[in-house]
Amino acid sequence: MSKEKIQICEDLADIMPPEYHKLVESATFGNQDRGWKDIGSSTELIEQHSLCAGCPESIAFRYILASLPAPEDTVFVGSTGCTSLVFPHVAVHNIHSLFGNQNAIASGLKRTLKSRFPDVEKDVVVLAGDGATVDIGLDMTMQSWFRQEKFTTICFDNELYANTGGQESGLMQKGFVAKMAPKGKNFEKVRLPEIAREAGCAYVALLTVSKPNRVEQVIKNAVLIAREVGPTFVQLYTPCILEIGKQSMEGLDEMKDSESIGGRFVQKEYISDEAQKLLDSIKIETKERKKAAKEAAKKPVNA
Amino acid sequence: MNKQVDLKGKRVIASKHVKLGQKNRKGQTYTDVNDIFYKAEQTPNFLTGSEVIKEAIRRASVGTSVAYPITPQSEAAALIGELYAEDYLDEYFRGESEFAVMGQCAGASFGGHRVFTTTAGPGTLRAMENFPMWAGSRLPIQVCVTCRGINSPLSIQPDTLEMHYLLETGMLVWHAETAQDLYDYILKGFIVAEQPDVHVPIAVCCDGFFVTHTKDTVDLSPEELCLTPYNPYESPVTCMDMEIAPYRMMRDPFVMKSNYINYSTHASWQQEIKAAVERSRKHTIALLDGLIDEHNSDREILIVTSGTAVSQSREAIRLLEEEGIKVGLVKIKTVRPFPYEEIKRATKHAKHIFVPEFNVAGWMAREIKSTIPDNERVYCGPHVAGGMTMPSEVIVEEIKTHLGIKTAQNSR
Repeated sequence: MSKEKIQICEDLADIMPPEYHKLVESATFGNQDRGWKDIGSSTELIEQHSLCAGCPESIAFRYILASLPAPEDTVFVGSTGCTSLVFPHVAVHNIHSLFGNQNAIASGLKRTLKSRFPDVEKDVVVLAGDGATVDIGLDMTMQSWFRQEKFTTICFDNELYANTGGQESGLMQKGFVAKMAPKGKNFEKVRLPEIAREAGCAYVALLTVSKPNRVEQVIKNAVLIAREVGPTFVQLYTPCILEIGKQSMEGLDEMKDSESIGGRFVQKEYISDEAQKLLDSIKIETKERKKAAKEAAKKPVNA
Repeated sequence: MNKQVDLKGKRVIASKHVKLGQKNRKGQTYTDVNDIFYKAEQTPNFLTGSEVIKEAIRRASVGTSVAYPITPQSEAAALIGELYAEDYLDEYFRGESEFAVMGQCAGASFGGHRVFTTTAGPGTLRAMENFPMWAGSRLPIQVCVTCRGINSPLSIQPDTLEMHYLLETGMLVWHAETAQDLYDYILKGFIVAEQPDVHVPIAVCCDGFFVTHTKDTVDLSPEELCLTPYNPYESPVTCMDMEIAPYRMMRDPFVMKSNYINYSTHASWQQEIKAAVERSRKHTIALLDGLIDEHNSDREILIVTSGTAVSQSREAIRLLEEEGIKVGLVKIKTVRPFPYEEIKRATKHAKHIFVPEFNVAGWMAREIKSTIPDNERVYCGPHVAGGMTMPSEVIVEEIKTHLGIKTAQNSR
């Protein structure tokens, strides 16, 4: 979508909500270098949310939206859960249909957008919780990878069913006592990154959202590789502080603990050879573009 | 609501579309649906129902079709694949289950394509969660349901019980009697379902095997003419392609709140879907020439039914006529919207109303009973189920027995 499409008709400007004015005036649409540092100055995609105070998922949402390479041509597919409480606040087209079918929806959507807009790169990004991705929706998650559907799947892994009140999920740690696991979960956390790699993902990343620059890089990699190479998967630890008995301010510490040596969320990345080649070429292009911009800025105005 | 609409000879306004008269990449001309059916010459062809589905889709300007094997629709779904290989469709693939397929269809429809798929029996039930979602999301997807048994132990035989499950999904539900109906309903169904004031999904149902696997003579419109393509920007809701300015829907998602505004929002949307189904009547009446067909409906004995039960009833009526028993016939073409007023009027003079059905539940008889006054006139039957055929003699026998006319069977 070009920026012209979001312009406000002058006669109606006074009745448009303030966030729409922000979208028109300061949107990062079309800015190739948009990133997490825009959070604060650029709030047109997300400002408020309706999650619990201190929920790491809320900051994950901000980082992801700030890191999208092209929000003006991105459509999100969500699922039922805490994420579905945030999407109504998000000013990017997003679809909620059912619980667990997000990768099926995204498959149909991506193919259609590809066919309707052959000359525009329309990115499709799935964002769903671990119940939707791994339990009820695992079939459709994996089948979309088998079929090499070209979109990104992001899983907010909080290791349980948060929105329904803290029930056991497949991504929960073994032994954790939860609702529906009254004696503790009796099997290991499902190894989804390995499954994603074996199922055909060209790029897989596992990390927490404690470090915004890392999240930004991973999301950019995932979306750009999905455009060119094949399916990509990002698993982000966004602990449900409420259900694991933590305070609002303890989310960050929980994530830092879990990513320290020996933890469940030590950052892991798998990049296929083809995807690596693409990342290398993007790196060179970006470097050259920034260098050229720097040199252009150095030149005297009248030169 | 439910009033007969006098169209004064007008046809549905379907195709004021920019592409009218232009050619597609296959050299077919985008043509108004009325011209396809009522102006162009129709040519008889001897085809199976599955082949008829293929021929309808060849002319339907479909963007995406998603397939999954289940008897008796597998052949039709595979034949659509052949059309894709010939470049008639933009996208076609096999999904992993009916639940996933209906999700993939939804994704394609959210993205702005005209979407067609087929399913049957257990597949319809596996897909069921998607149908009210399609309707609530205002996705005018067409699913052709080739009805088969859903009971256990496993059956692949024809049975129309699954249609009953579709009735309150918010979809249009049409029931084809013959392969000709199937052809007509598939093409006309897209146009009705996609009207901006309707814009809900449509299930075009037929009786599996009886229609899909038998050959019949069907008049086909010229291969060079096709429907005008779907225009996603005439949808009453946003097409999810990021070509319309994005907006934050709300500060306070309804799903979080247990309050009156939440209940009221959901209730009014449900009412709107029901109203959209009702609004399809005016378009459907024009294109299908009414929601029902009547033959001698002024008679005291009437058969009112849908699908292939209508064909069997025609023969039963002929047999009864030979014995001097005069019976009229009402064929129901659309089950949603249900032709309440039409049936009430058509059955006004009837003293006995028989409803033959290919299912054990007798849901059509219940629908009719809930519609007309003095509903003790309705006799729920005869029924066959589990894949049985319904010989015309069975209908004759049941009518005679109910009317107290002695037959060789009932006097034994």
